[in-house]
Amino acid sequence: MLHQSDRLIETPSQTAGPYVHIGCIPSFAGLKDVYPEDLGRSPIEPGARGTRITITGSVYDGTGWAMRDAMIESWQADAEGRFAGQSGADPLVSGFCRFAADKDSGEFILRTIKPGAVAGRDGMVFAPHIALWIVARGINIGLSTRIYFEDEDNSADPLLARIEQRPRVQTLMATATGAGTYRFDIRLQGEGETVFLDL
Amino acid sequence: MPPPDAPAEPQYDAAALMPRRHDMHPRPYDPDYKTSVTRAPRLPLLSMQATPTEETGPRFGHDRIGPLDNDLIRNHAQGDALAIGERIRVFGRVIDETGRAVPHTLVEIWQANAGGRYRHIKDTYFAPLDPNFGGCGRTLTDETGHYEFMTIRPGAYPWPNRANDWRPMHIHFSIFGHAFGQRLISQMYFQGDPLIDLCPIAATIKDRGQLDRLVAPLDMQNARGMDYLAYRFDIVLRGRRQTMFENRPEGL
Repeated sequence: MLHQSDRLIETPSQTAGPYVHIGCIPSFAGLKDVYPEDLGRSPIEPGARGTRITITGSVYDGTGWAMRDAMIESWQADAEGRFAGQSGADPLVSGFCRFAADKDSGEFILRTIKPGAVAGRDGMVFAPHIALWIVARGINIGLSTRIYFEDEDNSADPLLARIEQRPRVQTLMATATGAGTYRFDIRLQGEGETVFLDL
Repeated sequence: MPPPDAPAEPQYDAAALMPRRHDMHPRPYDPDYKTSVTRAPRLPLLSMQATPTEETGPRFGHDRIGPLDNDLIRNHAQGDALAIGERIRVFGRVIDETGRAVPHTLVEIWQANAGGRYRHIKDTYFAPLDPNFGGCGRTLTDETGHYEFMTIRPGAYPWPNRANDWRPMHIHFSIFGHAFGQRLISQMYFQGDPLIDLCPIAATIKDRGQLDRLVAPLDMQNARGMDYLAYRFDIVLRGRRQTMFENRPEGL
């Protein structure tokens, strides 16, 4: 008999369901009097260093329909590439934000600062990016992806380099639509399917 | 009950996250759960070793948590009234795959009321709202990873999928851990509920042993006479690899 590992197994995921907002963004559900404010309303506080940006997009299902019930969380570094809690990180950047697709239009908006490049192990450097985690009814385990920026130098990014079908890199690129404004659409399935990550 | 203050400056632990075992999770595409058909990616996930983006994560301090945030019987009460339903205590421990406690991490829950109705603009089921029940709660685990909530047992309810599908009684859980790559949302079911075996959402988990881990057992030792029943629900998050030559304490 093989040696028995004492490693446990992660608790299995279940869908967040259509009412995820009650627990995560209660004011969206119409529930305004339990907490003083929703958690993760903004990833930055006034005075945070860096360039202000606004990212707008939608989450599309396999039929091309912009989902009205998706909930997204974002996690990012500060303008110098440091995460909250790391030494030297900008104290005005929590780096965490929660936002929902609009119940009428399906559009989401993330207002933040552009993150800096992030140093990884073994000298790896990741181009500026924002991690996203997407949950909704019908999504049985949260989907991870990243927003990169088309106006940054992404040529040496180790994650993007792993994408074999080069046209798919474009699914992770926020496209500039104006001064400090970007578009980033997420396609769960089918043509133009977003690259989802298992990191 | 408030646990001691969290360390002011969380330390960045460079030990890599263990890969996620997707075979132990629900199948993303499952035709019996119809909504998953158009919402499951068809292409493989891009797998690689976690990076600092996944190995760090948001921390939430005790200053954000109100005294009634983990008491759903009272946190939406109008005046002295209490929520209607069978009073229960739901408690457990958050640990990681290496068995280490996950202290000071945020646990959020949401649920239907005793009649199976959610307080949400999109829920139109005709079971009535309870004016004294909001349906959300949150807390931080203590030094040893323990958490607890007081709430009422949620009702089962019908939902549009096949002609007559019902959700078993369940409480939604959201857990952060200490790294964005540990982020998890799941559901707790109740021991003995016959609807679990009929539920296409529960059945998205193909490993029965894994599904059983979401079914909280009744725990009479932790119930209180003439007051509430207790259900224990322990949660395991992704672990971090033990690295050699690590000169800082593990588990921070």
